[in-house]
Amino acid sequence: MVFFPNPIPVPQLSLVLPEIVLLALTCVVLLTDLFIPARSKIISYLLVQASLIAVAVILILQFHWPTTYTFSDMFVFDKIGSLMKIFMVGVVFFVFLYSRGYLRQTRLPQGEMYVLGMLSLLGMMVLVSANNFIPLYLGLELLSLPMTAMVAMNRGSGIAAEAAIKLFVMSALASAILLYGLSLLYGTTKSLDINQVAQAVATMPNSQYPVVILSLVFVVIGFAFKIGAVPFHMWVPDIYAGSPNSVVLFVSAAPKIAGLGMAIRLLVQALPSMNIEWQALLIVIAILSIALGNLVAIAQRSFKRMLAYSSIAHMGYMLLGLLAANPTGYGAALFYILVYSIMALGSFAVIVLMSNSGIEIENISDLQGLNSRDPWLAFLLMMLLFSMAGIPPLAGFFAKIGVLEALIGVHLVWLAAYALIFAIVGSYYYIRVVKVMYFEEPKITDPIQYSMEARLAMSVNGLAVLVLGIFPGVLFTLCQRAF
Amino acid sequence: MISLSSYLILGAVLFGLSIAGIVLNRRNIITLLMCVELMLLAVNTNFIAFAHYLNDIAGEVFVFFILTVAAAETAIGLAIIVLVYRNRNTIDVAALDSLKG
Repeated sequence: MVFFPNPIPVPQLSLVLPEIVLLALTCVVLLTDLFIPARSKIISYLLVQASLIAVAVILILQFHWPTTYTFSDMFVFDKIGSLMKIFMVGVVFFVFLYSRGYLRQTRLPQGEMYVLGMLSLLGMMVLVSANNFIPLYLGLELLSLPMTAMVAMNRGSGIAAEAAIKLFVMSALASAILLYGLSLLYGTTKSLDINQVAQAVATMPNSQYPVVILSLVFVVIGFAFKIGAVPFHMWVPDIYAGSPNSVVLFVSAAPKIAGLGMAIRLLVQALPSMNIEWQALLIVIAILSIALGNLVAIAQRSFKRMLAYSSIAHMGYMLLGLLAANPTGYGAALFYILVYSIMALGSFAVIVLMSNSGIEIENISDLQGLNSRDPWLAFLLMMLLFSMAGIPPLAGFFAKIGVLEALIGVHLVWLAAYALIFAIVGSYYYIRVVKVMYFEEPKITDPIQYSMEARLAMSVNGLAVLVLGIFPGVLFTLCQRAF
Repeated sequence: MISLSSYLILGAVLFGLSIAGIVLNRRNIITLLMCVELMLLAVNTNFIAFAHYLNDIAGEVFVFFILTVAAAETAIGLAIIVLVYRNRNTIDVAALDSLKG
């Protein structure tokens, strides 16, 4: 009697080594943090950062490996996934580095933040290399559940609890909508494997077309919810305004990269033959996101809310690359999101670092006269904001050029012109912040206190935008070659 | 024998009801949690119906994963509700309005 008619082949474990190492070290950190006294929390911090460096090194060493499928085709190892993972690990490394002083000052739990952050990172890594709906869904949930817990981490704050419940309901709603779409897709294609779904959809009879359209709509809605694009953006500003600054720093950068990864797996790889249909859907979402994000950001007094609306607008620009529906466009979208993650990381880091000196930074007016308090920090923030506005020669400019060029390549010139007009509208509110920093008198004149390593990291982060702007070639080529 | 479409209609009705519950509910956060749960169950109904009629085991396997994740999700949701109650002494949805703009 044969118990296993089809013996399961041994998976190629070396391909998932980064994930395995990250999971194992997260467990180690979780246990260590439990047993060390509160005054030596630096041990768990160093352990976390060392493990992130280890994961990054493994990812970089594996980067040149060819595309391979393993775990019965559930896991794909490719350049898109590797590039995204390297950036996500790097971004999370910087997030922890900036947050340490803030967490100590505000007496928020440090170890828990690190462990939850690492688990969420693991979720993102699983999500971007999923080649089957099951790991895709599990990665997505592993990404969002720890994030919800992180938002609620400030237990004494009613606002944080409110933000957490909003994020919880919205992300549960988004996952359920996405799953409903996936269930319909499964019903029509009889497979959960992304490549097989793509094949089945390409050869399906016309009678099944309406069902696939329906499932496509559900999938796009779920995706738009997750990245926070209009009309499913309502939760983004509330989460940014309500959660502790260090958590906002985490939420604002790395999960957006994972969101694009999900879109690439679901739309580009699973439904390539439906590209005209999802292009139409994404055009509507992108138009609304760019307009609403940029216009509402102008009216904001809170710096965090302004950046939240600016993130909505940036998601719209990223979608412009994706909806071009050709490899050039996908590469441009990938480049855009990677550059955006650096810019968002840097600008939120300024809020976190300024909050170190006692007061919680919330409004744009809190940045008054930053130049006279800390000229270097003001200069770095100015570069980051100019880069977000898309002013040459900074990285944000080339990111925008990339997506616009992809749009013109597929004869969507009107859309490119529209995006350009709103980029000019959008630069108003970034420049207003620069004006407040440089030409207004500070209310508080004390210099800003933050650690040496945070200063170094901030410099690297701010100058990265300049360096990537002057030499965009290497990263841009890597992004283009990934597809 | 019950046809596939009957199951799908059941799933769609459950899904629609739970979305309506989330959108219309103005009273209690616990109801929100129940609606989220109901939504995932509607998806599960779909998956099981498809798996049965397609004679394919993968859909049923997916359902197990969804159930597990739903349990973890509920645990986190309840923990947050406790947090909201401690901070505000109410779990009214209408009272969740301090974040605006």
